[in-house]
Amino acid sequence: MTDSLLTLDNLTKAYPGVVANDKVSLSIGPGEIHSLLGENGAGKSTLVKMIYGLVKPDSGRMTLHGAPYAPAEPKAARASGVAMVFQHFSLFEALDVAENIALGMEKPPPRRDLSEQIRTVSHAYGLPLDPGRRVGELSAGERQRVEIVRCLLQNPRLLIMDEPTSVLTPQEVDILFTTLRKLSAEGTAILYISHKLDEIRSLCDSATVLRLGKVVGSCIPAQSTAREMAEMMIGTSLKTPTRPAGEPGEVLLNITALDLPSTSQFGTSLRGVDLQVRAGQVVGIGGVAGNGQEELLSVISGEACVPTGHITFKGQDIGGLGPNQRRALGILSAPEERLGHAAAPDMSLVENALLTGTLRKGLSRNGFLDWTATRAFAADIIDTFDVRTPNADVAARALSGGNLQKFVIGREVLQAPTCLVVNQPTWGVDASAAAAIRQALLDLAQQGAAVVVISQDLDELLEISDLFAALNGGRLSAPRPAYGLTLDEIGLMMGGAHDMEVAHV
Amino acid sequence: MMLNISLELLLASLMVAATPILLAALGELVTEKSGVLNLGVEGMMIIGAICGFAVAVETGSTILGFIAAALGGAVLSLIFAVLTQVLMSNQVATGLALTLFGLGFSALIGQSYAGLKPPPVPELDFGPLSNLPFVGPVLFQHDAMVYVSIALVAAIWAVLRFSRVGLILRAVGENHDAAHALGYKVVRIRILAILFGGACAGLGGAYLSLVRVPQWTEGMTAGAGWIALALVVFGAWKPWRVLLGAYLFGGITVLQLNLQAAGLAVPVEILSMSPYVITILVLVVMSADRRASLNAPATLGRVFHASN
Repeated sequence: MTDSLLTLDNLTKAYPGVVANDKVSLSIGPGEIHSLLGENGAGKSTLVKMIYGLVKPDSGRMTLHGAPYAPAEPKAARASGVAMVFQHFSLFEALDVAENIALGMEKPPPRRDLSEQIRTVSHAYGLPLDPGRRVGELSAGERQRVEIVRCLLQNPRLLIMDEPTSVLTPQEVDILFTTLRKLSAEGTAILYISHKLDEIRSLCDSATVLRLGKVVGSCIPAQSTAREMAEMMIGTSLKTPTRPAGEPGEVLLNITALDLPSTSQFGTSLRGVDLQVRAGQVVGIGGVAGNGQEELLSVISGEACVPTGHITFKGQDIGGLGPNQRRALGILSAPEERLGHAAAPDMSLVENALLTGTLRKGLSRNGFLDWTATRAFAADIIDTFDVRTPNADVAARALSGGNLQKFVIGREVLQAPTCLVVNQPTWGVDASAAAAIRQALLDLAQQGAAVVVISQDLDELLEISDLFAALNGGRLSAPRPAYGLTLDEIGLMMGGAHDMEVAHV
Repeated sequence: MMLNISLELLLASLMVAATPILLAALGELVTEKSGVLNLGVEGMMIIGAICGFAVAVETGSTILGFIAAALGGAVLSLIFAVLTQVLMSNQVATGLALTLFGLGFSALIGQSYAGLKPPPVPELDFGPLSNLPFVGPVLFQHDAMVYVSIALVAAIWAVLRFSRVGLILRAVGENHDAAHALGYKVVRIRILAILFGGACAGLGGAYLSLVRVPQWTEGMTAGAGWIALALVVFGAWKPWRVLLGAYLFGGITVLQLNLQAAGLAVPVEILSMSPYVITILVLVVMSADRRASLNAPATLGRVFHASN
């Protein structure tokens, strides 16, 4: 392989107790869009961190442009022409766009020149940016543009993208892909990590599949089906969530003309939200992150109280009830932020099971905790939802994101809610676990619960929802039957691609 | 009753009264901008006070005294830096311990220096400027450290705002994980910021023992370090606001001393607490604007642990 840009040869990296990468070899040519596929914990992140110089391999070699390549730190990687867009944005909210970009460059030009460059480059690639704006005020899509432009200004030969589309609207995804194809045509290789197999099929030239740290295969995405790729990733056949059709029952949750002023600096105010959820119904709520999702969840879960007359449950006004009073009624929730909101990071899984389960599972008596019952409850969650953990006493922080997500969802589902609201239930969860979580939500609806699923994964919403609505700037669109909705229609409901435009040239 | 207070004298002594807190607060501002909360300002100040005093008395040079004070403060802050940045101890508890240690240790070193007089600190000569009526004594008849402290305000403001170093420092304080991912040495940058804070606090302490008082008494900082900490927060991490706060505090301190001397019919206790109360009140009102709290470094006081 003389014409390859980057070659990995038998890269191995072990952490205590787990081999993250076991003799991984792959090769990427100039201008190639190469996808890296695998479940959570398959070792994708570790692999790209090695390429980007954040992690040192235990053994194995890398060559870039035919020369040995062993970056000691990200600076060295950037100097060699390797740039990376992170899954969790590595941005500084209190700083402005130009400052953020300057931080990612080795020798940034003076501020005025840099601002000019940002305008030029961001415009040329269809990602317009105002250099003087504070990043904290930008939407998720705009933040990603900052990251991408930061990379582009360094004329990278290889661009690594870790789950770039998870927070974008379909239109934004299209624009991103146009940009990536343009880059590829200019000779920049792209290493692309995503869970969304359809995207990979439309974008990528080749794919390498990792499972448990090993390369288990490669394919040409355009010539494989999404199902084939998913099965290669998980090593077994994939179950699609199913549910027999049923008639929805009475209205359980009824929200009318609800306004909620935002309490935080960067939050969104809810405006005139109307929502009815019936027993046995799954309502999917889409929208780009930061358009009121967290606020909507907090209104239903009881974290935010509202005046009487706006939210009722089985006809009873619950606007003034707190989370525990609502739990008693059967309204449970699983918020998006796993560490810190849904689970206490430094407490064990047993303790975390106790935190929301006390009331409905009867885990305390006369003010004393019943640890035996709590342990049994935690063990039940771990078994039922296949949470991979050494035992129930490890801290929540120690679990991988996908496993903790399974735990958090499982904890609520097993409390037999009458109404469950979840935000991003399968964020960062691999295909088989995501399918299991979706199945659990469908089963819950099947048993007569009202389920509200807030998500940014539109495929997921279309797969499991009966009704679909979109949040945009704190307003909720009128729900429509999810069956038969096209991505274009949904994109319009979500407010389109804002001020994005297709790449010039 | 006419109070016999000269405005000229009042303003002239204001700058001297404010300089110790100003120096300490500037150091703490830089430390906090890097995301580290060092509550040991009081301890570092008093160590600076005794180190500066002792060296100045022994060598007869106030310049050496100030250098020693900066070193003393920096060395004490190095203990804090190692504990919090390398051994990942809790910043609040470690900072409090540093204050207690500094107070005790300074008393130990200072036993034989009580009652001595330090060498005098020369005024800077501004030539004819010093002889201007009113303006001369108020602005141009002070020692060099007063002007150093003002220059430091300007320098810190400019560095934080316009320079690459300042940008990196702010970035580390804002989001240490992102800074780490971009390849910046979070721990090293923070240790340097802590050392700078320690040196500034040391200078502030020495200014107390060499110029403001000038002599050594145990516990002579008397809470100045805590006021410096409060100034940083209520000054919304902005150097010029910290200067304003420090001068306000210094001014009211001097004013109330004059009022006490003039025999104003207000209990001494109320006069004595007035600088603290008024400074905090003014700065709270100023920082009540929601945008001010946005200025707080987002990772202030959080332990950074490089996960990979």
